[in-house]
Amino acid sequence: MELYRSVNEIREQFPALRQSVNNRDLVYFDNGATAQKPLSVIGLLNEMNSGVNGNIHRAVHELSARSTKLYEDSRTTIMNFINASSTEEIIFTSGTTASINLVANSFTSTFIRKGDAILITEAEHHSNLVPWQMACERTGAVLRVLPVDENGVWRMDLLDTLLDNKVKLVAVAQISNVLGIINPVKLIIEKAHLAGAKVLIDGAQGIVHTRVDVKEMDCDFYAFSGHKLYGPTGTGVLYGKKSLLEEMVPWMGGGDMVGTVTLEKTTYAPLPLKFEAGTPNFIGAAAMGEAINFVNRIDRNFEKSHEEELISLLREELLAIKGLHLYGDSPDKISLFSFNIEGIHHSDLAILLNKMGIAVRSGMMCCEPLMNRYGVTGMVRASLATYNTRKEIEVFIESVKRAVRMLS
Amino acid sequence: MTIKDVEQQIVEEFEIFTDWLDKYEYIIELGKSLPIINEGGRDERNLIKGCQSRVWLAADYKDGKIIFTADSDAIITKGIISLLVRVFSGRTPKEIIDADLKFIKDIGLEENLSPARANGLLSMIKQIKFYAIAFASNK
Repeated sequence: MELYRSVNEIREQFPALRQSVNNRDLVYFDNGATAQKPLSVIGLLNEMNSGVNGNIHRAVHELSARSTKLYEDSRTTIMNFINASSTEEIIFTSGTTASINLVANSFTSTFIRKGDAILITEAEHHSNLVPWQMACERTGAVLRVLPVDENGVWRMDLLDTLLDNKVKLVAVAQISNVLGIINPVKLIIEKAHLAGAKVLIDGAQGIVHTRVDVKEMDCDFYAFSGHKLYGPTGTGVLYGKKSLLEEMVPWMGGGDMVGTVTLEKTTYAPLPLKFEAGTPNFIGAAAMGEAINFVNRIDRNFEKSHEEELISLLREELLAIKGLHLYGDSPDKISLFSFNIEGIHHSDLAILLNKMGIAVRSGMMCCEPLMNRYGVTGMVRASLATYNTRKEIEVFIESVKRAVRMLS
Repeated sequence: MTIKDVEQQIVEEFEIFTDWLDKYEYIIELGKSLPIINEGGRDERNLIKGCQSRVWLAADYKDGKIIFTADSDAIITKGIISLLVRVFSGRTPKEIIDADLKFIKDIGLEENLSPARANGLLSMIKQIKFYAIAFASNK
């Protein structure tokens, strides 16, 4: 297989990047929210919608057989991609949020009782906070929160005081969507296991920027989305250790998740279908596998050195801007930078950047507690992907400077 | 002058701008002018929360007319607010209820009022209309 070894080869695969926005060449720096799609993914979506649309697992006809195969092949691709032990450990969902909610319902109803505790951190996305608050309300469990320091780094020195045998589950992000810091998940997993707790990793950003090996990481659950990984929206995966998934009771009932059904009693289908009630987004799920095939075609060394280059250039250029404050400035970081500039409102800056053809995120980024931690109402975030270039960083920095001149 | 007249006046003011840059520079200038909310008006009671920026809106009813004052923590939002206050403040509830605000589209700022922007402006316009309805039914 011929691998992509340059940013130009990769960019060619993304039609969305070749467009003007407000009469400028688009600079797309909002990849932390969602990434653009390569031709192969768009192609498979079109192909399936045009001719391979048969509902999976249900019929003997040809279209159903073909789409079932594409759906199940994607499950195998994903299993290999994260090094899971079997396809029974790969549950298709609609995204990271749905994966976390699945655990927040099915795991808690089986394993969590009144007086137990669930541990998260102060830097979690709302998707890895609200489901646990809801689960605590339902079960009478208590939510504990590990603080972060001024740089956004987990206060591991406080972990021992929070992690006792009451804690049944630790749910934390591998990489913060605001700070871009790669968190010490292996260490927290080890400590949690010693304390008898299971661990869910929110991998929404992590799956894109690191090589994930769930066996080596030894997490009990790993949740991620397809759309940040160059796949379609409305796709995602929950990885779970087989023994745990087997013990858990499904939280959604419906078609395809059953063994035998009578009006009195229903038995559940074996894994993974037990957790896939109803017609899933099978076309999207198949295309998510195609997105992973695309990622597998990117040369690892190129990808790594390219990201390092983007990080160091962007960090240096940002820090040279007068009054700019970076949040989460750490050596263990992905190409994602959130910042504020003294005297400039984040939303004003983002509005003017948009006028200059640049897509960034502004606001609270679904992390209100972290915004409170820093005493701000929002931030501006530039999050890059492997198809972004040095030149785009230069355009971005010039545009930020211009916007600041306008606003000062 | 009617609301329509003021809207027309604003449209004419914006007609001189040929590109987005001049237009936004003008809005930023409007936003930088003195705080336009009453003393003590920038509090929780008057806060309209958005994910992007915050807006405060206060209303006083005097002699059959509503006096609006408002503010924002973001300059561009504040600039647009000052246009809205110019159009709505000092008007009767009926005039406000009947206003269609077509001028926002005419001056090319409707993107800032899209629900996606979540900057509180859309909620602010709703709130202005609510005040008008409330004052109209209380008289």
